Amino acid sequence: MPVAAGPAYNRSVQFARLVFAVAGKDLRVELRSREIVYTMGLFAAVIVVVFSFAFVRNQAALIEAVPGVAWAAVVFAGTIGLGRAFDREREGDTMRALLLAPAPRLAVFAGKAIAVALLVFAVEAVALPLCLLFFNVDLGAAVGHLALVLVLGGIGFAVVGTVFAAMLLRTQARDVLLPVVLYPILVPMIMAGTKATAALLSGNTGDAWFWTKFLGAYDVAFILVATWSFEALVIE
Amino acid sequence: MAGISSIVVERIGKRFGDHRALAGVDLHLRAGSVCALLGPNGAGKTTLLGILSTLTRPTAGTVRYLDGDTARAVDDRLRADIGLLAHASLCYGELTGLENLTFFATLYGVADGAARADALLDEVGLEPAARGRPVRTYSRGMVQRLALARALLARPSLLLLDEPFTGLDRGGALALGRRLGQAKAEGAIVVCVTHDLEAIAGVTDHVVVLRRGKVACDQRDPAGYSYAGLRDHYHRHADA
Repeated sequence: MPVAAGPAYNRSVQFARLVFAVAGKDLRVELRSREIVYTMGLFAAVIVVVFSFAFVRNQAALIEAVPGVAWAAVVFAGTIGLGRAFDREREGDTMRALLLAPAPRLAVFAGKAIAVALLVFAVEAVALPLCLLFFNVDLGAAVGHLALVLVLGGIGFAVVGTVFAAMLLRTQARDVLLPVVLYPILVPMIMAGTKATAALLSGNTGDAWFWTKFLGAYDVAFILVATWSFEALVIE
Repeated sequence: MAGISSIVVERIGKRFGDHRALAGVDLHLRAGSVCALLGPNGAGKTTLLGILSTLTRPTAGTVRYLDGDTARAVDDRLRADIGLLAHASLCYGELTGLENLTFFATLYGVADGAARADALLDEVGLEPAARGRPVRTYSRGMVQRLALARALLARPSLLLLDEPFTGLDRGGALALGRRLGQAKAEGAIVVCVTHDLEAIAGVTDHVVVLRRGKVACDQRDPAGYSYAGLRDHYHRHADA
């Protein structure tokens, strides 16, 4: 006998529909212009290439520099993309339109964060292979674990970044303020990502898992904080 | 029309840092009326619209949205009853006109959003050939027509319009005037900030003039105001 879907199920389906509508809209806009993904990708590639020539010992790129280079590329390129993604909402004052809609603000936040996370994953997909190539690193079986670390880092960056970028949307000096307010909050995430990557490169699986769990906890904590604070931060 | 039957604004104040945008505004807006919100630049008209739209938090006072005698909570259901046409288009430049409306129809839970979007674009007079083009290629007048369609999407019972006649040609302005009359006849509360007094003459039955963040004039005439009547109110109170 078929079981009828309850109101909670229907609400969840409707919520998911709204989240994917917002994320899909952002990705559609990006696919039309491709300005963010090209800019982020190019910036990340330049960072990796420049540092691969800067950190040299015995005429070979220094493998110990890989964690720092990879995460610097992801965070700096991600910040550029984050700022531009929210500049678009400012151009037609569309953030107001999103907030005026009867959709839960949490769905708007989740949709924007998912779109930002996908852009960060795209940057990671550029930065990581370039790092492995230019620093001549063979990760072997640790590739999957490193991918997990990068995904968790990307989620943390997107969640925290979406909250602060939305909060600063109407601020005059938002391009200057965004890194100033964002980076101190991101420090634990960057540190954990760098430590996990370094542990994977040195084959220390135990340490790598510790920092991976730390990243997971960071993501959960900031998803909860963002859920609680997003609405209060974006209203004028 | 079910939804918001009246709005009571009591002693609303709004400060932006040291700047006082609104200082103790009292208003009563009723269903089935068009309120012309007039005043010189910087009088606080757009700020008041922002507060009525629930997007701007007042620093003092309260706004009560009533359904009959019952005060409604400021929540998603209330926001579904509010249509806003702002200074900016509130539309995405990279998306087409039709995609913009379909996206917002999803957010507003409008049934058969694509059909509703098409019907509205017919109504506001946006040519079919333009509907599939990115909004960034539209003229100012076309963007304004799209913005109006977006504001009307969910059949709001509170319609807030900030300079809606900007960029519209004569035909567009007349059509908008007729649409405001239709919304009024359907029982909506329409609040229109404008300097184009000629365009709203005839449909307006409530005039509010703001000056330096305060209500300088609040009058009603069920028979409606002529252009000369609106101009007289404006010059008497806004220029005083």
